[in-house]
Amino acid sequence: MLSEVTFGQYYPSKSFVHRLDPRVKILLLIAYIVMIFTAQNFLGLIASLLFLSLTIIFSGVPIGSVLKSIKAILFLVIFTAILNILFYSPKQGDTHLFWVVYVEGLISAGFLALRLISLVMGSSILTLTTTPVSLTDGIESLLSPLKLVKFPVHDLALIMSIALRSIPTLANETERIINAQKARGADFDSGNIIKKAKALVPVLIPLLISAFRRGDELGDAMDARCYSGSKVRTKYKKLTLSVRDLIAFLVTVVAFAGVILLNIYELNVLAYFAKIWG
Amino acid sequence: MRIVAENLSFTYNKKSKFKVDALAGVTLTIEEDSFFGIIGHTGSGKSTFIQHLNGLIPVEKGSLTVGDINLADKSKIVKKRYKELRSKVGMVFQYPEYQLFAETVYEDVAFGFRNFFPDASKEEEKKAVFQTLALMGLGAEYINQSPLDLSGGQKRRVAIAGVLVTKPEILVLDEPVAGLDPVGKNELMKTLRVLLDNGVVKTVIVVSHDMDEVCENCDSVAVFSEGRVVLSGSPKEVFKNSKEMSELRLGVPVTGYLKDELSKMGVEIDVDFTRDDFVEKVVEYYKNIK
Repeated sequence: MLSEVTFGQYYPSKSFVHRLDPRVKILLLIAYIVMIFTAQNFLGLIASLLFLSLTIIFSGVPIGSVLKSIKAILFLVIFTAILNILFYSPKQGDTHLFWVVYVEGLISAGFLALRLISLVMGSSILTLTTTPVSLTDGIESLLSPLKLVKFPVHDLALIMSIALRSIPTLANETERIINAQKARGADFDSGNIIKKAKALVPVLIPLLISAFRRGDELGDAMDARCYSGSKVRTKYKKLTLSVRDLIAFLVTVVAFAGVILLNIYELNVLAYFAKIWG
Repeated sequence: MRIVAENLSFTYNKKSKFKVDALAGVTLTIEEDSFFGIIGHTGSGKSTFIQHLNGLIPVEKGSLTVGDINLADKSKIVKKRYKELRSKVGMVFQYPEYQLFAETVYEDVAFGFRNFFPDASKEEEKKAVFQTLALMGLGAEYINQSPLDLSGGQKRRVAIAGVLVTKPEILVLDEPVAGLDPVGKNELMKTLRVLLDNGVVKTVIVVSHDMDEVCENCDSVAVFSEGRVVLSGSPKEVFKNSKEMSELRLGVPVTGYLKDELSKMGVEIDVDFTRDDFVEKVVEYYKNIK
C-alpha cells in the first residue's frame, strides 16, 4: 500500500529517547555526525557504534526498523565502496592483492561504508523517535536566532509541518484515484515506459487539482481563524528541557571524548589489548 | 451475475501493530436484477467489501464468487480474468468527481470506453458516450465543456457516466448521494432505479448512510457492523427492527420513527416504510375509524 511509504517513519512509543526534547535530539544528532567524522580509526568508529546501539536500546525501536533505513542507501554505500577500492592510491609498503586492489584500499572502503551506515542509522533514529510536528517545532526553535536578521523562521517551520502533514493525505488520495481509474480499465503495469508515463496522466491531474483544492481550503480555514504568524503567538506544546536531556547530553559528551581519546591513543590501546590476549 | 460471499475476511496492515480487521466473516448473497443497499457505520467494512467485488482487494480468507468467477481462486487463469471482471463490475467510488481529469466531458467519459473496447470504431465510441450521458440526464450541450466547470451534481453524473460507459452488468456505488442536496439525492437515486428497470445494468449496489434514500429505492438491504452482516432482507424486514438499528447508531427512515410514535398512541399500521405507502396506510386507517 502506498500509505506505508510515508516520509518520517515515526515509531510510536514512550521510551527515553522518544521523550527527549526535539532540539536536544537534533543537536545531539549533529554532535554524533561530527563524532563519526572525528573518528580516524576503527576503534573510534566502534566506540561511536556502541553509542548508537545504546541509543537504539533506549529508543525501544525494533532493530529491524532501524536497519530498514539502510536499504534505501545500500546502493550508494556499495557504489562508493567500490570506487574507493578501484581508485585507491597506494603508498609505500601497501600490500598489493591483484589488479588495482590493495589490502589498505579494502580497509579504507570498509571504513567509509561503516561510516555511511552509522550516519544513516543515527539519523533514522531521530525520525523514528520524533513526530514530524515536534521535529519542526525543534527546528523552528533552533533557528529562532535568525529572526534577528528578519528571516521568516516561523513561516518556514509552518510550511514544513504542513508539507509533512500532507504527505500521508496525498498518498491516500493517490491510492483512491488509482483505484478509481483502475475500475475504469486504466492499465498502469503494461506497455513500454512512454505508455506507462502516459497512463499516469489520469492520476496526476486529479491529484494536482485536489492538492490545490486542499491548499485553498486550508488557507481559507486559517484565514477564518484569523491566523497570523505574528510574534505574540503562543505555543500549545512548549518545549522544556529536563533531567533526561541533561543525561543524554552527558552521555554524548562522554562518547565524544572517548572517540577523541581513541584517536590520540590508538596505538597504546591496541598494545594493551595485544598484551591481554598475548 | 449473482454475487455470493461466504465467510469473507480481510485485515489491513496485517503484520504491524496498526492492524485492523475490516471484514470478519461476511456471508452475503446479492441476486441479479436487484437494487441492493449496503448500510453501516463508518469503519463497518462496507467499502472494503465492495472493493473485493472487482478484485481491487484480493480475497484473503473465505470465498467470493461474482458470476462464474471465483475470486478466492488465486490461479493465473482467474487473474487474467480481472480485466473482464472490472468490465462487468463497474465501481463508482466516493466523491467520484475527484477522478475527472480530461479536458472535455466527452474525453473523460470516453476514457473508460477506450480502455475496455480498444477495437471499437470512433462512431461506436461517440454513440456510447452520447447515450450514456443521456442516461445520466446530461444533454449534448455539455460534451465540449471542461468537467471542472460543471456544478457538483453534474460532475458526479459525468463521473458515473464514465463508469457506466464501460457497459457493466453490476454497478457498485460508494455513497453516491453524499454531499448532494435533497433534490439532487432523490434525482440521482431515481436515475439509478431507471437504469436498472430499463436493463442498462442488471444489478445496482449502493453503499449509503441515508436510510430514507435506501428505504425508498432498494429491494434488499444488508446492514454491516464491525465487519459482519448483522441484519439483512427487504427494507421492510430490516427497518422494523428500529431498536437494533438505533443501537447500531444508524437509525431508521423518518417513516420508521413516525410508526413508533403512532404505536405508542395505540395506532398500529403495517407499512413497508416508503413514504407513499405510509401516507396511504395512514389515510386508510383514518378512513376506517371514521
